[in-house]
Amino acid sequence: MGNTLNTAQAGTLESGDIMLIVAPASAAGITIELESIVFPQYGQAIMEVLQKTVEQHGLTGIYIKAIDRGALDCTIKARVLTALARAGAVLKEELL
Amino acid sequence: MLNSIGREIPDFIPGYGPVKPFAGAFSFPPDCQRQAPKVKMTVPGEIKLVTSLEEVFKKIAITDGMTLSFHHHFRNGDGVVNQVLAVAAKLGIRNLKIALSSVFPVHEPLIDHIKSGVITALDTNYLSGPVAQAISQGILDTPVVLRTHGGRARAIECGQLKIDVAFIAAPAADDYGNINGIQGPTACGSLGYAFADAEYADHVVAVTDYLVEYPLSPVSISQTRVDYVVKVATVGDPKGIVSGTTRVTKDPVGLKIAATAANVIQASGLLKQGFSFQTGAGGASLATAHFVRQMMDKAGITGSFALGGITGFMVEMLEKGLFKNIIDVQGFDSEAIRSIATNPNHIEVSANVYASPFNAGCVVNKLDAVILGATEIDTDFHVNVVTGSDGVIMGGSGGHSDAAAGAKLTIVVANLLRSRLPVIMDAVLTATTPGETIDVLVTERGIAVNPKRSDLAAILAAAGLPVVNIHELKQIAEKIAGKPQPIKLSEKIIAVVEYRDGTIIDVVRQRMAQE
Amino acid sequence: MKLRRSLLFIPGNNPSMLQNGGVFGADSVILDLEDAVSPNEKDAARLLVAHALRHVDYGTSETVVRINGLDSFGSEDIRRIVPCEPGALLVPKVQCAEDIHTAVAKIAQAERREQKKVKIIALIETPRGLAECHAIARADERVVALAFGAEDYTAGIGAQRTKESIEISTARMLLVNAAAAAEIQAIDTPYTDAGDDLGMETDTTMAKQLGFKGKLAINPRQIDIIHSVFNPSQQEIAWAHQVIQAIRQAEAEGSGVASLQGKMVDAPIVNRAERIIKLTQVLGLSQEVVPC
Repeated sequence: MGNTLNTAQAGTLESGDIMLIVAPASAAGITIELESIVFPQYGQAIMEVLQKTVEQHGLTGIYIKAIDRGALDCTIKARVLTALARAGAVLKEELL
Repeated sequence: MLNSIGREIPDFIPGYGPVKPFAGAFSFPPDCQRQAPKVKMTVPGEIKLVTSLEEVFKKIAITDGMTLSFHHHFRNGDGVVNQVLAVAAKLGIRNLKIALSSVFPVHEPLIDHIKSGVITALDTNYLSGPVAQAISQGILDTPVVLRTHGGRARAIECGQLKIDVAFIAAPAADDYGNINGIQGPTACGSLGYAFADAEYADHVVAVTDYLVEYPLSPVSISQTRVDYVVKVATVGDPKGIVSGTTRVTKDPVGLKIAATAANVIQASGLLKQGFSFQTGAGGASLATAHFVRQMMDKAGITGSFALGGITGFMVEMLEKGLFKNIIDVQGFDSEAIRSIATNPNHIEVSANVYASPFNAGCVVNKLDAVILGATEIDTDFHVNVVTGSDGVIMGGSGGHSDAAAGAKLTIVVANLLRSRLPVIMDAVLTATTPGETIDVLVTERGIAVNPKRSDLAAILAAAGLPVVNIHELKQIAEKIAGKPQPIKLSEKIIAVVEYRDGTIIDVVRQRMAQE
Repeated sequence: MKLRRSLLFIPGNNPSMLQNGGVFGADSVILDLEDAVSPNEKDAARLLVAHALRHVDYGTSETVVRINGLDSFGSEDIRRIVPCEPGALLVPKVQCAEDIHTAVAKIAQAERREQKKVKIIALIETPRGLAECHAIARADERVVALAFGAEDYTAGIGAQRTKESIEISTARMLLVNAAAAAEIQAIDTPYTDAGDDLGMETDTTMAKQLGFKGKLAINPRQIDIIHSVFNPSQQEIAWAHQVIQAIRQAEAEGSGVASLQGKMVDAPIVNRAERIIKLTQVLGLSQEVVPC
């Protein structure tokens, strides 16, 4: 599903936000590169939210670069969905 | 062993010595004499004025292993520490212990001196900037000794911090060593943190860029304790001296917290004629002062004194008659300097008078209310102001533990969540101020009152304030942000946190690489 | 009727502000997808607000979302936001009753079956909207309030917006009347100088005097001022009790007419007194045991 994706960006570097760049990847699965001001405390949680959100929409072959400034889960979800939509991914309506 | 607040501390720490564990804020009464430096003689005709720092080093004979001390009244505009240490390095002196009352970004050269072995021990009340980060990465083999402002004065008086040479940066001095902080191009105001050094060091050197004709007047530090006077081109940057000023926060959440804290003070019944008050330097603390001022204005209240850490804001309250006096241990801006120089009700005090727990009574004992910050607070109300939540050293008690112990009402103001991180923990990473001295935590989502103060909790709830159990407040934070993973620490102790009375309340262990 | 003294605008594209919107004690928070958000971030803000509605606790504040105009992004806003169960939508630049009907149809379609009906606050900010405000107020039972947007309105009539506000006096009064005739609330335009507390208090007092029941706020610091103005004062509360007392006395004496300080106490006065007492109870302002 992800092979017609463009590269797209969402979010900002403001406090409480997360900036995401989403791009098609040749490798299968979901590759996430994460930088976060709260990496020791929430790094794992952030990766899980990103991973799960993308998987829920049945997408694969995605590369995500994320720079996090302390975003909550709901913000991370909203931002990654925005980036995916901008990249041209077809998302499941009922999950948005 | 575990100290009385449950922190794991070795019985003996290499580079520090045997550990007296913290056992309660007032549980360790002193049992010693004040230490006394050698009596000196200076005969008529002897010249104290020395042409260079290098010459002072030779005259005293500063040698390896000595303890050199400095005050931090020039804050991030300090020039003396770096100049003195440059001379030490040049002369090949090594293994020095530096007792500098606070470390700022301008002291970055200390890192190289540590790496090259000129400095092997550090004793301070506050660590910030590149030096703090380097220490957090473990560049010092000996743990840093972190004290409170009152504790440093006590340690010097009682002989636990023995100073060989005190270098006193003097905004103004005469050729016989009289010093004040209010004259000259690098005037800094109160010299509060220099007094103990001057009284008890074996050798005292005044370093100035503003030499006046004898006798200097007024005198803060007397000629009878000063051995040498050195004139240098500049002792510091005046702009840097006032660089520590914080502005009242404009953040709406911070303002809400501040307004709530002011309401707590009002509801407590302490806000009446003769009220005394201290505020920390952070934006939310200053904003609280702003709201308290409005309440005092409205009710026509005249306070007895404002204490600190003094800024122009407090000076304005003094000049408008809202406080009768200011008691000043450190000036933060040019208004504080102007006021102390001209207003007899603006009083300079030493750190000993301000906050030492071992004397016949320090000023914090007379405080009604104090507003303090925190990087973390736990469900026992223990407060961390030494490390950030990431385990990196970014501060120190300063006057935090002292004011908390002395004040009738100690309020900590903090955002419940700071960049996703909950401020309330099960246990703080580094205990600095014990929970028994903290009365109230004010956040934007509720107020937690120390269970010891059930009287206060009832009063605040009756006044309609949002009192919440601290465990509930922690749950609220974790529900919003998720539960944070703990920081992984190694066994290496990089700093020892001494309480006011010389007992050890906690240690800072170096964090491991967090991957 | 839900108290709407203060309604605080929160930019919909700002995660940090969305997160904290509930701490300020506003009666309503307006998560803004319209003027606060640039055109190329409308999609992002829509998703942020949708997720905020589902996951952020706004406490006792009603959640209102200002959608975009129905001629642009508004339809997509309704589709995405309504299922997230906001309390109400603030519809901008409403021109006529038909605009409300269009909005209601879209909302009804987007609502899930078990969901509580989403209300509408109609934002009147154009000359035509003002001309039609009476019909707009009555257009649908979902419309619970008329709000006034003076900045756009004065641009629409080609007048300069001033602090004295004389250029909007008639508009304000017409709006209050239309809302009252339809038995819904009238909410006044925001005071745009967030640093001017005194001006804010004066403007809010004028709004209360004209009959507005609440005021839009653009900065959290305005909320306390709004509440202190709209809350009944001690004098008003005392007066209200006196009125009720007078009525009771008249009833006890079997007299048909009650009087207070020489003046006849008729129905409008009683209504006002009862409203004040009800408000006092709701706000927990008075410790007194309130009769009736």
